[in-house]
Amino acid sequence: MTQHPALPLYPHRHLLGIKGLSPQDIELLLDRADRAVAISRQPEKKTSSLRGRTQINLFFEASTRTQSSFELAGKRLGADVMNMAVASSSVKKGETLIDTAMTLNAMRPDILIIRHGSAGAAALLAQKVGCSVVNAGDGAHEHPTQALLDALTIRRAKGRIARLTVAICGDVLHSRVARSNIILLNALGARVRVVAPSTLLPAGIARMGVEVHRSMAEGLAGADVVMMLRLQRERMAGALVPSVREYFRYFGLDAEKLACAAEGALVMHPGPMNRGVEIASEIADGPQSVIEEQVEMGVAVRMAVMEALLDPRRNRDEAA
Amino acid sequence: MITAFTNARVVDPSRGLDEPGTVIVDGAVIAAAGAEARNQGLPEGAKTVDCGGHVVMPGLVDARVFVSEPGAEHRETIASASAAAAAGGVTSIVMMPDTDPVIDDVSLVEFVLRTARDTAMVNVWPAAAVTRRLDGREITEFGLLRQAGAVALTDGRRTIANALVMRRALTYARDFGIVLAHHTHDVDLASSGVMNEGLFASWLGLPGIPREAEVIPLERDLYLARLTEGAYHAAAISTALSANAVARAKNDRADVTAAVTVNHLSLNELDIGEYRTFFRLSPPLRAEEDRLAMVEAVRDGTIDMIVSSHDPQDVDTKRLPFADAADGAIGLETLLAAALRLHHNGEVPLLRLAELLSSAPARRFGLPGGRLAPGAPADLIVVDLDAPWIVRENDISSKSKNTAFEGARMQGRVLQTMVAGRTVFAA
Repeated sequence: MTQHPALPLYPHRHLLGIKGLSPQDIELLLDRADRAVAISRQPEKKTSSLRGRTQINLFFEASTRTQSSFELAGKRLGADVMNMAVASSSVKKGETLIDTAMTLNAMRPDILIIRHGSAGAAALLAQKVGCSVVNAGDGAHEHPTQALLDALTIRRAKGRIARLTVAICGDVLHSRVARSNIILLNALGARVRVVAPSTLLPAGIARMGVEVHRSMAEGLAGADVVMMLRLQRERMAGALVPSVREYFRYFGLDAEKLACAAEGALVMHPGPMNRGVEIASEIADGPQSVIEEQVEMGVAVRMAVMEALLDPRRNRDEAA
Repeated sequence: MITAFTNARVVDPSRGLDEPGTVIVDGAVIAAAGAEARNQGLPEGAKTVDCGGHVVMPGLVDARVFVSEPGAEHRETIASASAAAAAGGVTSIVMMPDTDPVIDDVSLVEFVLRTARDTAMVNVWPAAAVTRRLDGREITEFGLLRQAGAVALTDGRRTIANALVMRRALTYARDFGIVLAHHTHDVDLASSGVMNEGLFASWLGLPGIPREAEVIPLERDLYLARLTEGAYHAAAISTALSANAVARAKNDRADVTAAVTVNHLSLNELDIGEYRTFFRLSPPLRAEEDRLAMVEAVRDGTIDMIVSSHDPQDVDTKRLPFADAADGAIGLETLLAAALRLHHNGEVPLLRLAELLSSAPARRFGLPGGRLAPGAPADLIVVDLDAPWIVRENDISSKSKNTAFEGARMQGRVLQTMVAGRTVFAA
């Protein structure tokens, strides 16, 4: 994977969101990720393209899955990876995001992966540090590597993204995954729908480049891809939805609702799933589900992103 | 000593005056101002200041200023706020009671007045809390606070949620002839919101504050003002809905006034850009159509005064992710220049702006400044309406630097500020 002069230089230093990326930028990352999938499927999975580079995973919110995916991606590229479980340490002592960032910056990492509960945290960090920053989820703002891995999964299964109909279902209001996907899918020419109760839709949703549906039967009609979002159980307390039972009845993906979608429609979920809340077990484990592929594509996309951001050709340019 | 400001454009909103003339200051008071003063000729031995055609107007009266002393003197002290005020042409400030401890007791009012007397360059008028510790439940000693020198009652940044407490406070305040100023923000409806609700907030992934969170408690207050006949002041409105509510209450002859911050006249939610926390304000910056509605409400008289809502915040409260940062921006030094944008673009005439910034707030809160009439205190400013300048962090006198106008191009600045006949700032 190290020697691919055919791939153009990726033009950005950070990956803070899908917003601001051109369709070419996105396709470039997906092309790189395709190659990374091949590496992960070899018995010998380690390459040397990031050998000697330091990657720090800075997770202010616990996320075993995303953090492991970034860690594995870094290790397969040969980077030295350090995990900072900030959620349990210095933040409690009153240290701010910026203080933590400055401390880590002084350790001269090459790339920082940040997950934080506040929108804009990754952008704030990027202003203060000297290395590349990857947003691994900031509040309800963006989660760009999730959208990229979703796109890669779709592209590999369907051969394209343009002109596909993608239904994003569930808690769009609190979902960074939904925002990143809406932007990315629109950029690549898909038709995007959202399906949710109105209490779980953000203000102005109809002007965010989507068709809005309040019924699964309508929203899923003829859809090529069904993306389910996780419903946080805390939402029940906030008077957004009254109960799991009612939510599942109207918005949970079961066989009956999935039958409204196009034949062979993909079923996706960013994980972790609440079985019996937003998705029925038999659908999650059924033949149309690509949920496990998404996890595999996650590692590949993160390898592609880090390799693109730390492209050695860029350092040569900067030095010159 | 007698000083004569000659060759001036004299603007005195208290008398509807905007004319070439002279302003004569005798000791601490105005002796004469206007064309009339010029025609009288100069008194014997007067020191003459040739204004070169620049404006002489009353010093600004800012009815909403957060100071941080006592309790957070690293952000701002009464002395540093007054220096910022002098530099901005503000000669009187009404100081909000959200300090630590809260100004809810006679001894605290006395502390502010004493500290101001000893350290401040401008007039500092304390506003006292409506409720003890700003808890929204138990009212303070309005009579004693008034007597000690509090010029208004307000819970500052806080909203009194309980309608019964508000009714009783308005009723009781009426007996003492004191105005109750209130910032309306329904914390339940606003929930975790940090900026104006709408498409822009949705893309940023930030929880929004609906306009209704402001207007619902405001409407409640306005009905209570009608009911109690108390004197009510909407401390900082930001939406067309609120302006309409105030206009209806005024039409019903309720004793109601309203203010808007200069931020809400000159900025909108898009200025937040990529999570710029200096633009995180309360009320939040709204959409452009709301800003235009505020300008219109200033023009048609629905809004009575413009305030800075000066609110010093430090890096420890601002250098954070947007949702975790504190609300507020400083504004004493940019109040006049930002307001003058409305004059320069032809939206509001200078005389009306001067009224909104000086005579109207002075009249509402019973303060002696805000006018150039003979016998008034010599609180005045000389202003070059056209001087261009750029707001730079290093030039700010305030201890805190959280301005919403960093790098902004301004037109119009204060050349000289005089308080009670004494020059406290000269450019």
